[in-house]
Amino acid sequence: MNFPKNKVPALLFALLASSQTFAKEDFKVCWSIYAGWMPWAYAEQSGIVDKWAEKYDINIDIVQINDYVESMNQYTAGQFDACTMAQMDALTIPAVGGVDSTVLIAGDYSNGNDAIILFGEDDLADIKGQSVNLVEYSVSHYLLARGLDTIGLSERDVQVVNTSDADLVSVFGTGDVSATVTWNPLVSEILSMPNTYDVFNSSQIPGEIIDGLIVNTKTLNDNPALGKALTGAWFEIMSKMSGNSDSAKDVRTLMAEAAETDLAGYDAQLAKTHMYYTPEAALELVNSPQLVETMKHVAEFSFEHGLLGDGAPSADVVGIEMPAGTYGNPDNIKLRFDNTYMKMAADGKL
Amino acid sequence: MKKLVNYSPSPVNQILLGLLPFVVLLIVYMMGSDARLSINPSDKLLPSFGQMGDAIYRLAFEPSRRTGELVFWQDTLSSLLRLLAGVGIAAIFGLLVGLLTGALPVIYATFAPLLTVISLIPPLAILPILFIIIGLGEASKITLIAIGVAPFIARDIQRRTQEIPSEQLVKAQTLGASTLQIFIRVLLPQVMPKLIDAVRLSLGTGWLFLIAAEAISSTDGLGYRIFLVRRYMSMDIILPYVAWITLLAFLIDYLLSALNARLYPWNQEGKS
Repeated sequence: MNFPKNKVPALLFALLASSQTFAKEDFKVCWSIYAGWMPWAYAEQSGIVDKWAEKYDINIDIVQINDYVESMNQYTAGQFDACTMAQMDALTIPAVGGVDSTVLIAGDYSNGNDAIILFGEDDLADIKGQSVNLVEYSVSHYLLARGLDTIGLSERDVQVVNTSDADLVSVFGTGDVSATVTWNPLVSEILSMPNTYDVFNSSQIPGEIIDGLIVNTKTLNDNPALGKALTGAWFEIMSKMSGNSDSAKDVRTLMAEAAETDLAGYDAQLAKTHMYYTPEAALELVNSPQLVETMKHVAEFSFEHGLLGDGAPSADVVGIEMPAGTYGNPDNIKLRFDNTYMKMAADGKL
Repeated sequence: MKKLVNYSPSPVNQILLGLLPFVVLLIVYMMGSDARLSINPSDKLLPSFGQMGDAIYRLAFEPSRRTGELVFWQDTLSSLLRLLAGVGIAAIFGLLVGLLTGALPVIYATFAPLLTVISLIPPLAILPILFIIIGLGEASKITLIAIGVAPFIARDIQRRTQEIPSEQLVKAQTLGASTLQIFIRVLLPQVMPKLIDAVRLSLGTGWLFLIAAEAISSTDGLGYRIFLVRRYMSMDIILPYVAWITLLAFLIDYLLSALNARLYPWNQEGKS
């Protein structure tokens, strides 16, 4: 019998199959809770996404996922067409996994949201020899490496302990944990305890921890309508939420509720998140030569920690394409910063 | 023709039939993996057996770039030590409490209700409390395993002790045995094989708590590694680790069963 060698398993694993080969009209976008991504909660509630999707004659389903890592894995496995994540995670999870991904919208960068915190000491140099509790391989880990860099130390000078973010607050200050790296709202929670010091934070490496919306490159190329609708919806929300008008406060209150805090709490988080409220501002970051430098740091960090795969020969195995230049292997470009749609938004062509 | 109900396979066929589902699973996996890898050679979801072999070879035989350790063996050693310490403490505690409450009515009246209530607390629910009281170190992981497993063993041993015919206790007393002698010469030998059986049954739970504790805070261990590489979806490490944990669990269970057969052959009667 002539057995269709590839079709049977392909069918068996249809649930897992990730190839979106054909143009289609239904798209799924996932997001998880973080100050810079709460606009997606509003996007779904307010019907703004539906409005833009209708304009381009497609359907977009916005899904919240409780666990950040899980949301990225689901996207990489092909369950979603787009997902919110930090650019470092976009490089180490989907891009390294061979899923060609595009940063459609640069939403914000962490500007103090992530911090190295010491108990009882107020100088970063005191971290030497300590155990540092953090979520390994996350942007916290990256921040630690960058922080240690600035004072001539390396990771060998500390002992990194992988600790779930859910447990960091409750154990900090019990005497067992004396150094940690984490992100908001945990940072402000920990800093409200006595004798704790923020000794290094992401505002000291501005523009390096970038969060945005990642889209499957193939899906985007086959369906420019998806890129237009998402970008249009995003910047409409940006203009609605910024400023101090009552309507902007109402919008932010809805986002705060979705993040289980209040307006004051959410505004405090936003203060340490540099949001790109206009497409022009986002374009400035995406088009800058500085971004190439940042992605080099990120790729080198990822390589040193085995995040590019244990067998990766060097930091530049995965190519990263940016408007100002390309880092890494140009024949294996898997992560792209695309300014096309943000430019359309800036030019009012959406 | 022979009816199907009357057909029992020969010993060789029995083994072959037993292996068949495993082979089918492996083939289905390989076909699925091939199909996905032919679309995307860097796909991480269903790695080929070659990729898994490479990943484990690196972890087992090449020192880690960061710490210089042979990661795989270090993980295995740390996890086994935690598991053995936790289950060991639980076994000793369970034996003592089970024997005392099972044999002495006055202790039973005092502690049995407490033991019942404690055994109903889901250990994972008190994990945050454990972490705050005894910190994130080794002690809390071992304690979690011990707390998770001990009540089960204690209640089992209590029941087994109560099942020992009271005629034996009366007979020992007519021969002049003291309470201590009854414990050591009559009860303990009969309860020991039951203890080993109880430990075998509770090992699955022990593994569960071990991996849960390592997932939350750790610097090494089998559960730690699985939850760490989940961060970047390295199924080529996760799948072999799961297989390795299964093999270790099987080996420990087999060793305990062999030990029981060797030390207490009389306990095997009527079992098979």
